[in-house]
Amino acid sequence: MNFPVIKGASYGLIQACDMVRYQGTTQTSEMRLNPASEYLAQMPGHLRAFADAVAYPPNQVYIGNLRPRALRDIPSPWYNNPIPNASAQGTYGAILPQEDFLGLMKAVDKFDLVLLEESFQNAAAERLAANAAVSGWKALAALQKGQAEAAQIEALVQEHKAEPLYNGGKLVGCVKKAHDFDAALSEHVMFENLVAKASAAFALALLLQKTGLAAEEVDYIIECSEEACGDMNQRGGGNFAKSIGEICECLNATGSDMRSFCAGPAHAMVTASALVQAGIYKNVVVLAGGASAKLGMNGKDHVKKGLPILEDMLGAFAVHIGENDGVSPIIRTDAVGRHRIGSGASPQAVMQAIVAEPLNRVQLRISDVDCFSAEMQNPEITEPAGAGDVPLANYKMIAALGVMCKDFEKSELAAVVDRIGMPGFAPTQGHIPSGVPFLGHCRDMILEGALNRVMIIGKGSLFLGRLTNLFDGVSFVVERNPGKADEPAQEATSNEAVRSAMAEAFSSLAASLRAQ
Amino acid sequence: MGILQGKKVAILGDRDGIPGMAIEECVRTAGADVVFSTTECFV
Repeated sequence: MNFPVIKGASYGLIQACDMVRYQGTTQTSEMRLNPASEYLAQMPGHLRAFADAVAYPPNQVYIGNLRPRALRDIPSPWYNNPIPNASAQGTYGAILPQEDFLGLMKAVDKFDLVLLEESFQNAAAERLAANAAVSGWKALAALQKGQAEAAQIEALVQEHKAEPLYNGGKLVGCVKKAHDFDAALSEHVMFENLVAKASAAFALALLLQKTGLAAEEVDYIIECSEEACGDMNQRGGGNFAKSIGEICECLNATGSDMRSFCAGPAHAMVTASALVQAGIYKNVVVLAGGASAKLGMNGKDHVKKGLPILEDMLGAFAVHIGENDGVSPIIRTDAVGRHRIGSGASPQAVMQAIVAEPLNRVQLRISDVDCFSAEMQNPEITEPAGAGDVPLANYKMIAALGVMCKDFEKSELAAVVDRIGMPGFAPTQGHIPSGVPFLGHCRDMILEGALNRVMIIGKGSLFLGRLTNLFDGVSFVVERNPGKADEPAQEATSNEAVRSAMAEAFSSLAASLRAQ
Repeated sequence: MGILQGKKVAILGDRDGIPGMAIEECVRTAGADVVFSTTECFV
């Protein structure tokens, strides 16, 4: 089969401390229900500096400056063991401070909803003009006009006509509502959607910068975040994808949005692979921006236990899926796993459907997979909140299934967990940790020969939408390219192959007759 | 007789652990009366 390949991946992080305070749902809920709470009073003292976020080992892994397993050699807690001389620039991406990101939000806003205070906007414009990933954006022209006065911003926020934008505790801008009374276009919804759009556009810009993919080569974009855009007549109707491609001037692309809660990226990867393999599009980009609502989600537990607010990062990624080049790792579209509606909810049934079934289909065993990337949430964030080490829980279940399938001995269990796993390193941004953060590392490690075959797993909590009690899981296998792309046209292949085989047969028959 | 026979049970499941629906199936077979069941996502 002529499998599609992973041509490149990029990863962006944005530290957004003020959004934790003013837009993260844990904090906004607390402000609504218990405005005088001790947590709200203590939380600002637990926010960390940008330099600390940059030097935080899991963030360095996310942008590609460290391999995930390098975290095993860094003593815990990682927040007390920063990487010396850490850079905000990474092999696969970059970490952006909030003040630059607010400028990006203004740049990607096509309806003049974002207002920034004059001096803040001018400074952001200057910094972004010097940022290699986005300096070429025509959209940055938006930062050269429409500067607002502080009093105007303050009035809009006080009159509940705009969502406030803070930086360093100071009101520096706002996002206006896009309609007088349409709840789907409220100031808060527009804020969340512009955060998702701006961060995804940043990830796409990083992909174009880091991989050499030309904007005009992109045929199709699949956006797979957890936000919803549309007005009151089609809330969530889309389309983020084209709006993001427009910013990066992917003029030949169209696109659409794909949703399945945290499993969205895995669905999008499978769909992108199918589109490329079918020859419908040559170059597809799967991307997603970050979720401001999830900032500080476990903040109460972190503050209670004396940790910094580690959930201060918006995550974003972009992956390029292209035609088989004979070199880049292939996506085995014949080994896609899915949790079916009838699969059942027990951990064994889930893992059977997502892991064992697709491997069995192509005569592979769990032991044939070098490494699994399943729900790569950073355990330093989830464990203090009582949610455990999510990647480790998944690895234990996969290894246990391997024992049941007689791929491993029971006595090997701990060693297998160690061998197939890696520490979680992604921010708890829902769809962001869901398997895909490893794709950049995975591509390079396969090219370097360190890995041969990897399974990427995404899971989604469909029950959060209160339409079903089901959840979701999708997996796909990434494998070393055997080095030779198959001929795309079956007919051409067979004609040529038959002609050549017949010529060889006749020539060998003639030779044998001559010999007789 | 199992310890759950005739007992009323409230279930809090975890998507990345044991989901509520799976716990429900188990405790019902042990004779429990499930009065509440949910699965939560902690990530």
